[in-house]
Amino acid sequence: MAKVKGAVVVDKEGCKGCGVCVNECPHEVLALHREVNSRGYHYSYMENPENCIGCINCGVVCPDTCITVYRVKV
Amino acid sequence: MGELRLMKGNEVLAEAAIRCGCDGYFGYPITPQSEVMETLMARQPWNETGMTVLQAESEVASINMVYGAAGSGKKVMTSSSSPGISLMAEGISYIAGAELPCLIINVQRGGPGLGTIQPSQADYFQSVKGGGHGDYKMIVLAPASVQEMNDFVALGFELAFKYRNPAMILTDGAIGQMMERVELADFKPRWTEEEIKVKSGAWATIGKAIDRERNVVTSLEMDSAKMEANNLRFQQKYKQMEEEDCRYEEIMCDDAEYILVAFGTSSRVCQKSVEIARAKGLKVGLLRPITLFPFPKKAINKLAEKAKGFLSVEMSAGQMIEDIKLAVYEAGKNTRVEHFGRMGGIIPTPGEVVEALEEKFSWEISYGVKRYY
Amino acid sequence: MELKDIIKPENLVYDKSEVQTDTIMHYCPGCSHGVVHKVIAELIGELGIQEKTVGIAPVGCAVFAYNYIDVDWQEAAHGRAPAVATGVARLNPDKFVFTYQGDGDLASIGSGEIMHACNRGENILVVFINNGIYGMTGGQMAPTTLDGMVTSTTPFGRNADLNGYPMKITELIAQLPGTSYVTRQAVHNAASVRKCKRAIKKGIQNVLDKKGTSFIEVVSTCNSGWKMTPVAANKWMEDNMFPFYPLGDLKDGVKGEPVSKN
Repeated sequence: MAKVKGAVVVDKEGCKGCGVCVNECPHEVLALHREVNSRGYHYSYMENPENCIGCINCGVVCPDTCITVYRVKV
Repeated sequence: MGELRLMKGNEVLAEAAIRCGCDGYFGYPITPQSEVMETLMARQPWNETGMTVLQAESEVASINMVYGAAGSGKKVMTSSSSPGISLMAEGISYIAGAELPCLIINVQRGGPGLGTIQPSQADYFQSVKGGGHGDYKMIVLAPASVQEMNDFVALGFELAFKYRNPAMILTDGAIGQMMERVELADFKPRWTEEEIKVKSGAWATIGKAIDRERNVVTSLEMDSAKMEANNLRFQQKYKQMEEEDCRYEEIMCDDAEYILVAFGTSSRVCQKSVEIARAKGLKVGLLRPITLFPFPKKAINKLAEKAKGFLSVEMSAGQMIEDIKLAVYEAGKNTRVEHFGRMGGIIPTPGEVVEALEEKFSWEISYGVKRYY
Repeated sequence: MELKDIIKPENLVYDKSEVQTDTIMHYCPGCSHGVVHKVIAELIGELGIQEKTVGIAPVGCAVFAYNYIDVDWQEAAHGRAPAVATGVARLNPDKFVFTYQGDGDLASIGSGEIMHACNRGENILVVFINNGIYGMTGGQMAPTTLDGMVTSTTPFGRNADLNGYPMKITELIAQLPGTSYVTRQAVHNAASVRKCKRAIKKGIQNVLDKKGTSFIEVVSTCNSGWKMTPVAANKWMEDNMFPFYPLGDLKDGVKGEPVSKN
């Protein structure tokens, strides 16, 4: 079975920190950052990037379309 | 010379719409204007010119269908009678706010409330002062004959598109139901998609081409400064209407000492009143506003200089009289302005008008000079 | 493998649709509107219909929908979007016309317009966001507010004797012969978003094929109005909204068929 590696890029300023992506991620890759963005939101970021498989669930549920997902077969 | 026919006012509105290349009609039945949609449905213009005709579920829906269709750059209209126009007030305000061209016909009946089905002119204020919420105006045309019912459909559309503003034909049950000889306009084709693109492509929702910004038809603006700027632009437009598109007719006003001011049905009555009064030796003339907004202020300003009095003859408790008084005031005169009207669907007789004139201006008539207050 | 080796254009698997504008949405964090907007924008892009699409925006939170999806829009009066859409669609039969309405707009003030547009079988798509509350005006009771649900105008919970019953408008719509496709969806997790996207795609295709009205309810959250976190609101919706507003197709047939499957 081919293994896949994924990566998520969150548009930090576009994120409103709703946490839906964090909840939706099946591999606990994402978390809300301790810091806030310029609008005062705890933005989402990859806390455990090594777990990401690029399943795009986070992007699909993001209400603010601030998540871009990349995936590569290894 | 165009085709001559004997037709009802309401039927002519429908025929004129088809002939001037109207794209769509949305309406709801109400007496005394139901013949407009009935005529359209019987004529089946969709087979002939491609014009759409749809019976909506209410006047509220009709006017919003007009909003949608007008927003896509099409030439569209609706018609109703007084209570139905009240229901449309919301939509008309949105149409004025979104700056959409369209034609609205009000074949008035007596009010308030369900009132009566007989003719009335009591929707004057509603038509010329706005009617819905916010600062807006409509161009209001007042036909006095079946011929003018024909002519004002094309004129209404022309003015509506000139200003990107709703235009209204304000008539009443008498002219709507009356049969007269009419010379119909020749057929004009509907605009093609290409013509609409050139004419209205800058604002209409004709589909966003890749190379342009999206068009948004809206009356909403959350920024007060921008909303005020919008309002100032509207006011500028209304001012331009006053300067360029005010229409009226003067009948025997040149030597007149007393001026009857009347529009639509009551102006027809007053034509006879002028004859009766003249036969009695009274120098009476008639000023007939054809556009109620813009109101022929300048004509009144001028007449106020020598007239001894104005009598506003209306099928209402006295609404247009306020605009006449304003125009006299603006002219810096204190010429007396009086009102005579019948209500509830009753049309005044020519004799009644002359009696009212003699009674209200008895001082001037007896002593030959102006009476000041 | 380094992150920079993964984050390369050739490895891109999920990105914002070009039909969606760059404007940051005014919606509250976690609001379902954003997800549905995104799905619609993606589909318009995927189906290549941007140039023939006209959207009709409602009054309510989604009043600014026209700021986010890059197509021509008309902003309708409260509840009147189906009438406005009728005007556009009837005179522009080759356009794809859709309305986007909330529960206050569609099921309350605009209940007449939606019924008759669906009954005439207007060739439009209706996207109906049902979150059981008036979001924009501050969380008042909507026709779809659940029994016992607390809102700012039912501070002690909706009480049928005082406020009437929650309205299943989609079930009513499904009875109308003008509709071809009536369904109830949600967007609370990735699977439901994908399903909802398929439903909206079908609705759009129906309009393009001139099959009559397609009506898609999306049971949604209003976490600000419900006074919950977005994640808790999704959970609350599953526990409370779904039992009363069950997901699934109510009619999948052809215009002219008088009765729905249910």
